[in-house]
Amino acid sequence: MAKKRMIQAINETLDREMARDPKVVVFGEDVEISLFGDTRGLKDKHGAHRVRNMPISETVMSGMAVGAAAAGYKVVCHMMFGNFMYTGFDSIANQASKLRYMTAGQIALPIVYMGVFGGGRSAAAQHSDAMHPMFMNLGGIKVALPATPADAMGLLRSAIHDPNPVVFLQAAGRGGEQGEVPEGDHVVELGKASTVREGDDVTVVAIGAMVRPAMRSAQNLAEEGIGVDLIDPRTVVPLDREMIFGSVRKTGRLVVVDEARDMCSAASHIAAICADQCFDALTAPIRRVTVPDVALPYSPSLEKALLPNEGSISDTIRRLLGKAAAETEEA
Amino acid sequence: MSTAPSDVNFSDEQMLGFYREMLRIRRVEEQIGKDAKAGNIPGAVHLYIGQEAVGVGVCSQLTDDDWIASTHRGHGHYLAKGGDSKLLMAEIYGRETGMCKGHGGSMHVADFSKGIIGANGIVGAGISITTGAAWAAQMDGTGAVAVAFFGDGAANQGVLGEALNVAVLWKLPVIFVCENNGFSEFSPSSTVTAGKIVDRAKPYGALHEAVDGNDLIAVHQCAARAIRHARTGNGPSLIEARTYRQRGHVEAEASFLRSKYRSDDEVAEWIARDPIPALAKRIMDAGQASQADLDQVEADIAAEVAEAVKFAEGSPYPDPATQGTNFMFA
Repeated sequence: MAKKRMIQAINETLDREMARDPKVVVFGEDVEISLFGDTRGLKDKHGAHRVRNMPISETVMSGMAVGAAAAGYKVVCHMMFGNFMYTGFDSIANQASKLRYMTAGQIALPIVYMGVFGGGRSAAAQHSDAMHPMFMNLGGIKVALPATPADAMGLLRSAIHDPNPVVFLQAAGRGGEQGEVPEGDHVVELGKASTVREGDDVTVVAIGAMVRPAMRSAQNLAEEGIGVDLIDPRTVVPLDREMIFGSVRKTGRLVVVDEARDMCSAASHIAAICADQCFDALTAPIRRVTVPDVALPYSPSLEKALLPNEGSISDTIRRLLGKAAAETEEA
Repeated sequence: MSTAPSDVNFSDEQMLGFYREMLRIRRVEEQIGKDAKAGNIPGAVHLYIGQEAVGVGVCSQLTDDDWIASTHRGHGHYLAKGGDSKLLMAEIYGRETGMCKGHGGSMHVADFSKGIIGANGIVGAGISITTGAAWAAQMDGTGAVAVAFFGDGAANQGVLGEALNVAVLWKLPVIFVCENNGFSEFSPSSTVTAGKIVDRAKPYGALHEAVDGNDLIAVHQCAARAIRHARTGNGPSLIEARTYRQRGHVEAEASFLRSKYRSDDEVAEWIARDPIPALAKRIMDAGQASQADLDQVEADIAAEVAEAVKFAEGSPYPDPATQGTNFMFA
């Protein structure tokens, strides 16, 4: 094991997979110089024909990924900010996520649409969305949201070689965070959740960047005698329903933490399927900690108030257990 | 590009081959039109009738290693690129034996083994997909090309500008073939399209040429120049083939439209310029085939169409108990 930053883990994985498989190509806006660092140095090592800067043309870019993948390449299409995937949405929604099915599986479409997501940096509404719920409803595209450098490495490796398109969302504010990463090849299967921490009182399902504040919440609540079973789905499509159901059946309580707006969020979907499948095991209502249905504001004071954090997660759990909400300081 | 040379020399066999391919598309589609009217086809059908010279003129110069992407009006391109008529018919009938096992239908016929990325229900979608396929072909270095067929309606999608820009910059072996058939669905092109579509390549510095899309030989010559340009690593081209949509936007339109969007005289004028009789006359005038030869082609195609219908009608619908979700994350 070695400590690595998430962005470094992604960079090394891209490098390793490009070295391993000459069919892996990377293209997108400014991938040569690399704004975030995830594609930095790849052009020098793997050649200008496999690492290509695109014009700012998301509409053609998302479709080019489909064409190049259909023609045999494993395409990493870097869309920079996840919000820009809206600009290139047609080919993601109508082509990439549909063509395998519509052609009865005639082709593989190994595409990774990569971008950063989420708030917390005063990037304002057009650079701060958590857009994974939108992809969840397309039917035909996988969605990975790594919370740790090790998972970023393992999930990205799986995503690159998966015959289906995958949206790979890196938490914008988390690229610099460090974590232990296994030496050598590390693979995380898409669709396998991880139990981050075990506990008997309440299940907390936290998505993407929400795993870290949920973990801090769980650590603090343990001192108050509350045991949190913390689950990180790692991918919301496919969703590891069985691991979530198993935990909810064990604890009888569920809190879902999601950085998306509440309406039709991953949180609301997970709440719905648990209500459907684990109703008899529930001893309390299901709670969601999400973002209100507004655009994320710019000013730090406003933005901070809207995003889930350790304090809001802990208070939700305490109330659920019939304990008074503490005046928790925000993390 | 220069204009088409007048001294074209295609062999008798080639000329009859062009005729056969065009007639094959025509007769298959006439059958589909009849079947749609009779209520035998579950979804919408958009026919290519009148535009066959474009698909055949271009695709007759491509191999299975070359890629094409087509439009919602895509049966003709599929057949011209070597697609099987039985599998096509079964797909349009929604049967399990269709080339997409009934999951795509008329607007989504595809056969990747023949380089047919497929018809597409989103206007202009093939433009970006073929640009990507051309990038793949460039990386492969085999000289393969990609052709995007799209209509005058799709030329008004912004993606054409984006694609021309990147294709010129990267010198991609892609040929953008705009079939200007006069209509964006139910709107005459002149009411929704500014300037000349062919001119849209100019500011990017892409090769461009307008051609009579009802003249098989002219299309063939024009496409030959664009394909050679692409295969030799010189980049993209835009061809505007001027043709006419003899049928409606969609076969069922008479049942829901309450007014006309074109005159009967206009339709009649273009039917008089139908590309198939024009080619037949050219072949006969040049003595490259006899009436008996053409009759034989007609008979062969009639048999193929009958066989395709029989195959489709005799095939089962896909069973929802075993199919329906099995190609999701296959």
